[in-house]
Amino acid sequence: MAKLPARREETLGGYIVHGVPFPLSTDEEALQFLKKMAPIQIEQEYSIRYLHSYGQDSPWFAGLANRRLLASQAPAGGYTYANPRGHDMYSGAETRWIDITDAAARVHAFTVCYFGSEEFLPETPFVLALIELEGVNTLLLTRLMGVDPHKPGLEWIGMRVRPQFLRNSKLKPTDVYFVPRE
Amino acid sequence: MRPVYAISGGVSKFAKARPDKTFQAIIKEAYDYAIADLGLDFPTFTRLADGSVASYFSDHFTRQLMAGIMAQDYLGLCPKPGHRVEGGGATGGLCFQEAWKSVASGHMDVCVAYGFETMSHVETWKGNEFIALASDVSFDYPVGGFYSGYYAMMVTRHMHEFGTTVEQMAHVSVKNYRNALHNPYSQKSRPITIEDVRSAPMVAWPLTRLDICVMSDGAAVAVLASEDGLKKLEAAGAKIPRPLVRVTGIGRGTDAMRMADRPHVDYDEFMMDYATEQEKSSDETRAYYRRLWDKGTRYPGVHSFRAGRTAGNMAWKHAGIRNPLAELDFVELHDAYTSSEIQTYEDLGLCRYGEGGPFAESGKAFMPGVDYGLKLKDKPVCAVNPSGGLMACGHPVGATGLMQAVFAMWQLQGAVRKHFRDDKLQVTNARRGAIHSHAGTGTYVTVSVLEREA
Repeated sequence: MAKLPARREETLGGYIVHGVPFPLSTDEEALQFLKKMAPIQIEQEYSIRYLHSYGQDSPWFAGLANRRLLASQAPAGGYTYANPRGHDMYSGAETRWIDITDAAARVHAFTVCYFGSEEFLPETPFVLALIELEGVNTLLLTRLMGVDPHKPGLEWIGMRVRPQFLRNSKLKPTDVYFVPRE
Repeated sequence: MRPVYAISGGVSKFAKARPDKTFQAIIKEAYDYAIADLGLDFPTFTRLADGSVASYFSDHFTRQLMAGIMAQDYLGLCPKPGHRVEGGGATGGLCFQEAWKSVASGHMDVCVAYGFETMSHVETWKGNEFIALASDVSFDYPVGGFYSGYYAMMVTRHMHEFGTTVEQMAHVSVKNYRNALHNPYSQKSRPITIEDVRSAPMVAWPLTRLDICVMSDGAAVAVLASEDGLKKLEAAGAKIPRPLVRVTGIGRGTDAMRMADRPHVDYDEFMMDYATEQEKSSDETRAYYRRLWDKGTRYPGVHSFRAGRTAGNMAWKHAGIRNPLAELDFVELHDAYTSSEIQTYEDLGLCRYGEGGPFAESGKAFMPGVDYGLKLKDKPVCAVNPSGGLMACGHPVGATGLMQAVFAMWQLQGAVRKHFRDDKLQVTNARRGAIHSHAGTGTYVTVSVLEREA
């Protein structure tokens, strides 16, 4: 059996305190003593709801919702971006949409996150991967499923994979993820 | 452009949390130290300072917009000119260079570059979330935004391409933690071993907790001056050590926010646009790179930092450096991860691309005279992160690049014993050093060269 960790996790939260220690009088000695006081720390909440627009990239998310993986392609030269871009970074020209759902795909790089940012901590361990897609010049960051997060190995690089789509789209890039191609 | 001198600096003690003071008062610790080191008093120096540049990364950590002006007023610098710079982890390096520009251009004779971050105001994993918001919030962050994860992906590719090992990475951590045993400003200093690094909790495979720098509260201040500025300060009683330390090279580079979007260029484009002068001029190195490309390597991909190479090449050209390893006495570089120190050896031309792993374990980047508990093949050549770097000193983001500038200044002034009360980390006869500041997944990178005048 695994041992308990040596230290308890630190968290915020606690009692609301009424009454703060302070000298009963503000004579010279008491005022000098204030320089020796420990700091007062309070908790402050901050939350906000944004109305975030995907702008010109919106069709990419609509594609995921309909189980299609789109890419952006420069009209001249055909440089192709796995992540959508409205304009090609080399020519400045407006890109066109192409469908790469069936492009051959391989793992280019990966990691297993055993910790994560607060939002993603409940999902640990999870696997992040950068995917190479045939005919596409850039990579795609995604989640890799169907592998054992407790047995990672460099042999995962080069693994042939295929996209899979959430049935109930969340209109997020995680609507697509990749799994090993059988 | 006029000559610019780095004349004084101060660093607050970096710590996990500094609830004892507000951020303004933490900056003032470093500011007061820099003033005292000049032998001046607060009113005299502040009267002679022409303005400032403020450096801090995130408004989220303080939940305060325009924190810079709050520092400016606390330091008594109002109504002098000032502005804030922000560029992720490179914010401090950018700040140093903006101060350099202010003086080099003739706009100011004495410029104060100050920076801070107070990251303890939120819990660690919320802090990681804030940092991860420095990735594309439409495409990268929602997939599992976590910088340690991003860097771990880079290093799995580096390992695949070049055979880099986790033990080579751990050498970086051992070096920096053990250097920090002699640096009283460091946040973490322990005589760790390779085994300690590998047995630490796994954060993002293959990076363990001891491969990753920590979050900190802290501040740093660097004072830059022109020749006229030196005269004004000395006329007021300042004691500025001779020989002077001059900023002789400035370089910056950038790359795409989404590391997935970075190019994979062919051999010819790499040699033309990115190879160092030294690499271009060596038949053996050109053949070495040809072999790498024949095996499938493309540049920069996610294993290398094009922004770092661009910044380095620019700074070396400015400073007249052709062989950085031989011509620099030390480098303070942005080792947020052991793996990124290895990547940066390569970007800066301390070794060739693909040779960062063997370079890390060779001993060339270690300090002579420090006990690392390791058998190293080579003698020290160019100390990298003699201070302990971010790994051990901590990484209060807006202060970090300025901390590097201050430590570099002290090295070149031969004043490490004075400031550290220990001369173990003094690079013998340090004449020229570089500082390297790095943002995001390699989005903004700055390199500055500081040199002791003859």
